[in-house]
Amino acid sequence: MSDTVIRIRNLHKRFGDLHVVKGVDLEVKRGERIAIIGASGSGKSTILRCLNFMEMPSDGTIELDGKLLGTEGRANDGGAARTYSESELCEVRTRVGMVFQQFNLFPHMTVLENVMEGLITVKRTPKGAARSRATEQLAKVGLQDKLHAYPGKLSGGQQQRVAIARALAMDPEVLLFDEPTSSLDPELVGEVLRVIHALAEEGRTMLLVTHELGFAYHFADRVVFIADGIVYETGTADDVLKHPTKERTQAFLARFTERAF
Amino acid sequence: MEYTWDFKVILDSFPLLLRGLVVTIELWILAFAIGLSLGFAVSLARVSSRGWLNAPAIGYVEIFRNTPVLVQLIWFYYAFPIVLGAQLSPFTAAALSLTLNTSAYCAEIFRGGIVSIARGQWEGAKAIGMTRAMTMRRVILPQVLKRMLPAFTNRGIELAKVTSLASLLAVNELMYQGRLLSSTYYRPLEILTVVALVYFVLIYPGSYLSARLERRLAARD
Repeated sequence: MSDTVIRIRNLHKRFGDLHVVKGVDLEVKRGERIAIIGASGSGKSTILRCLNFMEMPSDGTIELDGKLLGTEGRANDGGAARTYSESELCEVRTRVGMVFQQFNLFPHMTVLENVMEGLITVKRTPKGAARSRATEQLAKVGLQDKLHAYPGKLSGGQQQRVAIARALAMDPEVLLFDEPTSSLDPELVGEVLRVIHALAEEGRTMLLVTHELGFAYHFADRVVFIADGIVYETGTADDVLKHPTKERTQAFLARFTERAF
Repeated sequence: MEYTWDFKVILDSFPLLLRGLVVTIELWILAFAIGLSLGFAVSLARVSSRGWLNAPAIGYVEIFRNTPVLVQLIWFYYAFPIVLGAQLSPFTAAALSLTLNTSAYCAEIFRGGIVSIARGQWEGAKAIGMTRAMTMRRVILPQVLKRMLPAFTNRGIELAKVTSLASLLAVNELMYQGRLLSSTYYRPLEILTVVALVYFVLIYPGSYLSARLERRLAARD
């Protein structure tokens, strides 16, 4: 197995006339933790969402474990978009998990059922094994006493921890976090960040889109600053967040410090 | 009003009315059961992003919803056989048109329910590798069926009433027997009143349940 888990080349995403991602190249090494930062509307979430095909790339290629995904596609909207079969995408998504800003838990299932769902329907794990694996993951995020509660009865922070357990249950090689704390009340942000931090210590490969720059600094091996749909500046957390060399990165970070005080 | 009620006529005609009621219920259950399943299939085509599935589904639904049921019924009995090249029995023609009509309305109910579920639910399921079909079965439908129940009950009630139109094709259901008996005995007041009462007894429980259900669901939200 190669050292590179994901390799993105020349990724483009258009929504109609709106060109959101304009040619991104990115390589993710096994065990690497990458924080993706940038202003709202810069395209950072869209890039992340292309990695597990929540959005279909308009152009460019994505390799997972050295295997090029999709097949040469018919040209739609003038681009050279590749075509992907549903079965390939489902398989990729079990290997590249995602945690959303809005949790997206299933409200008609208990916490335990939420976490068991993918194991049972997708991985065809026997019920007993699925239950113990789900319970284990929930214990890991500190929710062992909420197994039979419904998501609607939980706080935002607890719901997001269930969502993390649900993604972890599938044992993904890569975990994507799309602004996991942005919809939380400030006092609930900490508990979610602590869980993410604990996962980072385990050596999981993770990509995190976030506005929590302080957390990004401690979390990330590498920080990627996105502006106008391209990778504008990238480097270690220290390089990008403490000593940015480029103008727009500096302006973005300056604005952030102003807002923090 | 000088009128002497003849209650014996009602007793005499009861067996035939009962037979008519059985045919009404058969027509009702058949059209509702198949209409529901077919309606679900049509709604899937209706919510599809593929134009070749979506466009015909819209046409189908709009045609059945924007023409009178009576016209549909008569069309399937007198006109459709010419296209088909074979005669349909009155019951078959009535069952067919009522089924298709019901399926068009049910398709809209299903569609409304499916699109009312936030996109995040689809994404949450997608992100753990679930296919569209799995997501529909395990995540979307369980959440919307409850919400759609009052609408389906109303559809069922409407259908029960509309089955009476089949009498115009000489399907020997309740209304047909009622008209036949009332002209045989020259006692329309007794017999048609009883017919109306039988329909009421058949339909009212559904209405009552539906109203209660709607109140309960409204209280929960």
